[in-house]
Parts: sequence; structure tokens; C-alpha cells
Amino acid sequence: MHLHKYEKIWLGFGVFALIVFLSVVGVSAFHQGHTPSGGHMTIDPENVRGTAPFDEPGVHQREDGSYEVVIIAKAFGYEPSEIQVPVGEEVTFTVTSEDVVHSFSIVETNVNMMVVPGQVNHKTHTFSEEGSYLIVCNEYCGSGHHFMSTEIEVIGQ
Amino acid sequence: MKDAMISVKDRKLALTNIGVAYAAFLIGTLCGLLQVFIRNDALTLPGWLDYYQVLTAHGLLLAIVFTTFFIFAFFHSGISRTLGDFSPKVRGWNWAGFWVTLIGTMLVVVMIVAGQASVLYTFYAPLQAHGLFYVGLALFVIGTWIQGFALIAHYLKWKKQHKGELSPLFAFMTIATIILWVIACLGVVATVLFQFIPWAFGWTNGINVELSRSLFWYFGHPLVYFWLLPAYMAWYVVVPKIIGGRVFSDSLARLSFVLFILFSIPVGFHHQLTEPGIASFWKFLQTVLTFMVIIPSLMTAFSMFATFEMRGRELGGRGLFGWVSKLPWKDVRFTSIFIAMLFFIPGGAGGIINASFQMNEVIHNTLWVVGHFHITVGTPVAMTFFGLTFWLVPYLSGRRFTKSLQRMAFLQIATWSVGMLLMSTAQHLLGLLGAPRRTAYTGYQHDSALAWFDGVLSNHVTMAVGGSILFLSAILLIYIVVQLWWLAPKSDENSYVTFPIATSDTSATPAFLENWKLWIGIAIVLIAVAYTIPLSDMIQHAPPGSGRFQTW
Repeated sequence: MHLHKYEKIWLGFGVFALIVFLSVVGVSAFHQGHTPSGGHMTIDPENVRGTAPFDEPGVHQREDGSYEVVIIAKAFGYEPSEIQVPVGEEVTFTVTSEDVVHSFSIVETNVNMMVVPGQVNHKTHTFSEEGSYLIVCNEYCGSGHHFMSTEIEVIGQ
Repeated sequence: MKDAMISVKDRKLALTNIGVAYAAFLIGTLCGLLQVFIRNDALTLPGWLDYYQVLTAHGLLLAIVFTTFFIFAFFHSGISRTLGDFSPKVRGWNWAGFWVTLIGTMLVVVMIVAGQASVLYTFYAPLQAHGLFYVGLALFVIGTWIQGFALIAHYLKWKKQHKGELSPLFAFMTIATIILWVIACLGVVATVLFQFIPWAFGWTNGINVELSRSLFWYFGHPLVYFWLLPAYMAWYVVVPKIIGGRVFSDSLARLSFVLFILFSIPVGFHHQLTEPGIASFWKFLQTVLTFMVIIPSLMTAFSMFATFEMRGRELGGRGLFGWVSKLPWKDVRFTSIFIAMLFFIPGGAGGIINASFQMNEVIHNTLWVVGHFHITVGTPVAMTFFGLTFWLVPYLSGRRFTKSLQRMAFLQIATWSVGMLLMSTAQHLLGLLGAPRRTAYTGYQHDSALAWFDGVLSNHVTMAVGGSILFLSAILLIYIVVQLWWLAPKSDENSYVTFPIATSDTSATPAFLENWKLWIGIAIVLIAVAYTIPLSDMIQHAPPGSGRFQTW
């Protein structure tokens, strides 16, 4: 198969760029731990409130001093409806759904999690600035999808 | 000239497909117009119609129905043109497939209009539409398979009569696209037949949501290549002829299509990067495989511009960029497709961002994604189809693309470009700021959300203005299609519209490129590597199934 010289240069450049891109993504993911949200725990979607940790939705401090926020998403809101976390601390969001697919997405941060019934999703985030952050559902979940939002207060220590 | 004309019966088949495509296009774009006004509170729908019904119809009618029927019209006419008229048997099966596809479409549309299927075109479980909605989807796919296999049968007959010859490039690319489509559909067929239909009709009680999502996206990503490859066919085979050039390299054109078969399917997880139930390793592996399609995309970009430059220089263009001005810009069949290609540069770059693993979190399910597919399927693919329409319809109807219609066509592609530029730029910016997609309303009472609409381009008005211009453009296109089909003056011996097929030199093309068994085999191996373990995990560690929810 004949390849024109310029085409070789062009493809060589493209493949090189590809390798650089993927290396950056890979190192960032597996060396620095920047992976998107995920989780391996499954849950009975019909018995969410009877299953730990969703029997106690809310903010919990763990033994190592970090925080876990346990959230149940449902059409069309989140439980608990009021969330307060401290600034500068590691916060892990643990979410699942009681009904259909939702999302838990904190605007102006990289917390953007799919909430899938039957699955538990996790994402760790450290807020660097105090203030009120908007949380929206960005996966269509029914007629009230656009009303599904809440806020999270990040407070000083 | 006359000998390049296909039989009347094949023309009728292709024209009927185009008719359905543009009927869907008209309703689909009208839905889009309604959406931009509803989101700004400038319009309230009557009680019997809901935003999400309109949105479901918009997505399905434009992304699935318009594209698929148009693509088959292009295939029918192009295959008949390059491999010879269909036999009555092949034509009969194509008609059968057309009707099954159409019945499936009608069933889906009726369910949406009846308010029984406001599940959007992704129909994520456990939102449960009426069972007949899923039956309609299944019929749609089966119908396209019948047409696809009828075309394959026609191709095999040609191969038998031309032993040892490479097929014409158009036919090769058609068969590659059909192979891609059939393998891709296996995922959606599996989830619809074995998960959704039994569950929606109440024969089973629970559905494995994560599995259904993964099977959907196994299909959902190659679906975009099913739209894109026919546009690439136009770029590789039709455009060089229009500008008076030839195919840059036959073997590279074929190789790029083969690479698309291999690397567009085992990549669906890049639509699911932020969800639980899939280990990071598999998400990353599919990210790597996703990036492989950049190679055939770069090859295509190179071939296109090489063809343009060679032709421009033949016409006397000098200097580094002198050839640009020599290209036939006054020919709307060329200019439309050239603009479509330009839109694909930011479109493709945006796609790389979306698939970049952790970077996906920044834009996942924001309006950015909506902006992204409006400058991929919404312009590069759709406007290439418009560019084809301008000669394909008169070619099939035996009429003329008159000067006044050509002027109108220029106005049509200009308005489409401007409208899309405004709307998609606004969507990209709003998405970066965090505005979610698929919402009927944008009034979140929070400072961050209120700030979304303060920008020069990211305000309430830009998207609505863009959407309105797009709808006007769509109406103009429908007018042109009606003219070209029924009203324009009939063509005669001297004004025959032709089906442009560029010469492609196959003398240096290795035969193994047309060894389908080899490529299908490698595709299956790649799919098995990327999917076997994560999918069996989902099945073995399945949570109790989800019930049926109708939250609209």
C-alpha cells in the first residue's frame, strides 16, 4: 500500500499526539488518582433505606477525619435536602437512586456523578472555597427533571 | 450521460426513502424550534403536549429517522448506480425492509404523541415506556437489517460475476457501513428483546439497569459512525468528482473504513465514564480504543485536502494557498459539503475532549454535549446530506436544479451554518459553566445559574435566535426538495443531473482490504476483549432488578 511522504508525516504526527494525549490521561488517572466517579457496590433498589449507609442519609465524619456525605436521589430531589461540609477537607459523596437514573452534579466542581438504581457511586472532592454550591440533576428523570436541584453549603472551620 | 441513469424502479425506492426522511426532518426541526422557546419561557405548550415529548420526538426523528432513511436512499441509488440495477428479488426485499422500518417508526411516533414514551431517544431504564414503543424500535432495526442484507446480496452477486476484482469504492464503503451497523445493533437488539420488552409487558419484574445502559452504548457509539460513514462516502467518492478531481488514494480510503469497523464499536464505555458498576480499568481501555478512530479521521482529513489542493493546482492555483481560490465555490454541491467538513474540525476536537476519561466529568450531560452533537451529526453529517439532496433528488426525479434553486440552496446552507454556529457556541459555553442538558426550563434560583446567562454568547437570546434561523433554513430546504421532486422543469438530454462518482485507481489496492471475514473477525475479537469481562461482571453481580417507573 502506497503512502505519500506528506501523509506519513501527518499520520506520524497524529499518532505521536495520540500517544502523548493518552499518556497524560493515563498518568493523571492511575498515578495521580484522577479517575471519574465510580463504584462496585450494588444495592437492592427497592430497599435503599434499609441498607447501610443509606439508612442514615447525611454528613458523617469518618474515623480518619475525612467526611462522607450519603445521599439518596429520587424523583425529583435529594435526601438530605440540606448539606453542610467544611472547606479544605476531603469529602466523599456516596449516592444511589430509589427510582430512576439521575445525576448528582455540583456546578463549578468536577463532581459530576451518574446515579444509577441498583448501584452505589462514589466521588471524593475537596472544596477549596467557602460558599453555596448549586447541585443539579443533569440526567433526564421525568417531568420534574428541571426542578431537581439542591445546594451544598461549604463552611469555614 | 443516459447510461449512468439507474432504473425507474430503483429510483422510486430511493425517492420514497428520501420522502420519509424529509417528513421526519420537518417535524423534528419544528420540535427543535419549540424547545428553544419553551426553555426561555417564551412559549407555553398546550396541556396535552409536554416538553419532554417534544424533546423525545426531536431526537428520534432527526438523529434516527431522518438519517437512516436518507442513508438508505443514498445506498440504494449509489449501489444501483455502481453495481447495476437491482433484481426484482433484491428490490422486493428492500421494499419489505423499508415498510418494516416505516411501521416501526410509526409505532414509536404514535407512542410518543400518545404521551406513552417520554423517555427520550436513549430510553434509559427504569423509565418505562409502553411496550409497543420498544416493539417499534425492534421493528425499526429489523427493517434496516432486511434492507442491509438485500444490499449485501446484490453485492455478493456482483462479486460472483466479477471474480478477483475489487468492488467499486462506493459499494465497498456501503458494505462496510452495513457491517458496522449490523454488529452495532446487536447490543440494542439484545437489550430491547431480552430486557425491555419482557419487562415493559410485565412478563418479568425487574430490569438490570446498568447492563441495559451498557448494551445501549455498545450500540450508541457506532450509531454515530453509521451517520458519519455515509457522509464520509460523499466526501471520498462524490466530492472529488464534483470538483473535477479523483480519489486521492483508493487503498487509504478503504483502509480508513476498515479501521472504523474495528474501532467504533468496542468503545461505548466512554459514554458511561462517570457511572458506577464499571471498573476504571475497562473505562480506560475503551478510552484508548476510542482514541484509535482519530487515525482514520486524520487520514480522511488528509485525503480531502490533498484532493482539493491537487485539483486547485491543476486549475492553475499557485503559491502555498493559491489553489484554494480555484476551487468551484459557486457550486453549492461542493460548498455545502466543504462547510460541513469545516464544522467537523471543532466537532471532532470536542469529541476527543468528551472521551478523555477524567475530562469527561467537566462536560458530561451538560449543554456542551448538546452543542457537540449539533456540530457533528447536526452539521457535518446533516449538511453533507443536504449537499447530496441538491443533486440526488433531481437525479432521481428527472428534473433540473435550476439557477434560482441553486441560489436558494446557498441561502439555505448559509442560514444553517449561521444558526448552528450561534446555537452550538452558546450551548458549548453554557455547558462549560455547568448548565445541564435536557431541561425544560433554565431558571435555577442560584447565583451560579443566574450567571450562566450573562455572557455575550451564553445568554438566553443566542440559542433562541440560532434555533429560529435553523428552522427557517429547514423550511427553505423542504421547499427546495419539493421543487426538485415535483415542480422544477424536467431535464432533457443536455441538462441531465448526474450521480457524481469519482474515478478511483485500484491498481495499488491490496485485495486483503476486501477480506470481510478477516475484518469482522478482528472486530469481534476487539469487542470480546473490551466487553466480555465487564458485562459478565454486571450479570453475575447484578443487583435485584428495578421496577417500572413512569415519572412524566
